[in-house]
Amino acid sequence: MSGRRLFTLLLWCYAGAVFAFIFAPIVVSFIVSFNSDRFPTLPLGEFSTQWYEAIADDPTLWPALRRTIIVGAVVAVIATLLGFGAAYTDYRFRFFGKNFYLALALLPPTIPVVILGLAMLVFLSQIGLFGQLHSVILSHVVLCMPFAMALVRLRLSQMDPSMEAAAWNLGASEWRTMVEIILPFTLPAILSALFITMAVSFDEFAIAFFVSGFAETLPVRILAMFQGQVSPRINAIGSIVFTVTMALVILAQVALLARNPARTRLAVAKAAAGESTDHG
Amino acid sequence: MTIGSAGAVLRRMLPHAEGVRAVSTATVDRHKPDQGSVPPEAARPNWFGLTFGLPAFVWQLALFATPLVFLVVMTFWQVVNFRPTPAFVDDNWVKLLSAGYFWDIYFRTFLYGLLAAAVASLMAFPLSYLLAFRASANIRWLAVFLLITPFFTSYLVRTYTWKVILTGNGMVNAAFGYLGLGPFAMVNNLFGTLVGYLTLVLPLVILLQLFSLAYVDRNLIEAAHNLRCGALRTVFQVIIPSAKIGLVLAATFAFILSFGDYVSPTLLGGSRPPTLSILIVDVVKSGANWPEASVIAVMMSVTLLAVCFAALIFAYGRGGRRA
Repeated sequence: MSGRRLFTLLLWCYAGAVFAFIFAPIVVSFIVSFNSDRFPTLPLGEFSTQWYEAIADDPTLWPALRRTIIVGAVVAVIATLLGFGAAYTDYRFRFFGKNFYLALALLPPTIPVVILGLAMLVFLSQIGLFGQLHSVILSHVVLCMPFAMALVRLRLSQMDPSMEAAAWNLGASEWRTMVEIILPFTLPAILSALFITMAVSFDEFAIAFFVSGFAETLPVRILAMFQGQVSPRINAIGSIVFTVTMALVILAQVALLARNPARTRLAVAKAAAGESTDHG
Repeated sequence: MTIGSAGAVLRRMLPHAEGVRAVSTATVDRHKPDQGSVPPEAARPNWFGLTFGLPAFVWQLALFATPLVFLVVMTFWQVVNFRPTPAFVDDNWVKLLSAGYFWDIYFRTFLYGLLAAAVASLMAFPLSYLLAFRASANIRWLAVFLLITPFFTSYLVRTYTWKVILTGNGMVNAAFGYLGLGPFAMVNNLFGTLVGYLTLVLPLVILLQLFSLAYVDRNLIEAAHNLRCGALRTVFQVIIPSAKIGLVLAATFAFILSFGDYVSPTLLGGSRPPTLSILIVDVVKSGANWPEASVIAVMMSVTLLAVCFAALIFAYGRGGRRA
């Protein structure tokens, strides 16, 4: 038995090493962003906010950040709407060519972004939509929609299948059932889909690099900075973006926990009661 | 109309109506069962269904499928006066597929992908095993949460930070210096590229392996234990065969992501020697030779399809799911 314990202990040490590897770049990025050295090494320099001041003064970053936020927000809304529709379609309907439909809806993330970016560049430039902000939006929705669809579809598979049928049975129309049963039940997934798709769009640079032209988004700008010079300003930007993203994710989690799935059952009862008074 | 027959009608109409009767018995007898309110042909798309299903279909058809098909068309175009011009010639294919440098880059990229998939799978497995079988549920959930975190950080920034850590006079070499070792060359070579690939794929591979191990039948492991099968033997003869599909899927994802990655070989590998993604970007940036870049992209896509297909056959084929 002690051999087994030793084995498990060794495994835990190994696990610690792997997690250290995964989190090293994230933690070090924070440290480096507050470190005075331009070429950070051991021992570390002094505490300094100079890199944050430098990015605040950088005239090229703010327009790029503004574009990224616009793209992210618009992409999140469109991708979540489309993804919700696709997930509900998969959940509810059977039809000819459904496998093709699902392939079309789910495959984009498995295509390397370089290929997808090139394909978008070649195609969008033919139809005159190249090199503007909406080129990035159109392309990012393609990439982000499958994530939204997967999240909503997972949530729908947790739903008691009889709930929707029960609402119809009690006289609610399909639209009313959608608004009072499906939407409240999938709301947590819809919220996470909004955040996840926004995060994916925020970080995506290969497609944006191909199609954005002069409308550079932040990741494309960072890549350009990268090739120009080494600077902890990149870490400062990364730390800010990470903090904001994590704050959004945690807020989404809190919003999720605050919503009790039991309320959906209440909604069934309420829809039924409302419907019966309508008829009465 | 009796409740039973209403239930039967519903069951025929709705694919998910198995539980309808349980819910409806309590309420239906209070109202008149209003059949008009049950959507006819609920299982087939109607206007209501098309409202939800069609937008995503149209969007992905127009902006995902069409560009990919157009990419294949583009491979037959010609570049005239630095502009891609409609034509139907095989020049681009012949030129690229007969070039020695293309095949060098192709096989190198393929090997890099295989290497990343193998290293990531081997590194991930002990951890996934530990979390699936030796850790408490709370620790497991904490680990899953931690493994999701990197997806919310910029892959670019993480790669950049690795460069800071691993560079000639970076932190790792400084630490080695205190021990009287080094400095070691850890960037602008294969090691750097591999660190970048692992940064990209390792959390995903661990998560996929963990989920596949979570579905291994605990009774099998219990049985192996009762039959005095040692821990290691149980891993190789019971757990790995049972979780084969998930393990192969994780390795395949690692291959797909690494094979197509542009960031790691550029920033940590130093672009030399190039990979296929670097070649595409170079061809597009210098000279705007879209037809030639399209040939490379189509070759990459065909390769990935073949690899996915092979992985599926391997996962579901010989050996089966059960040991």
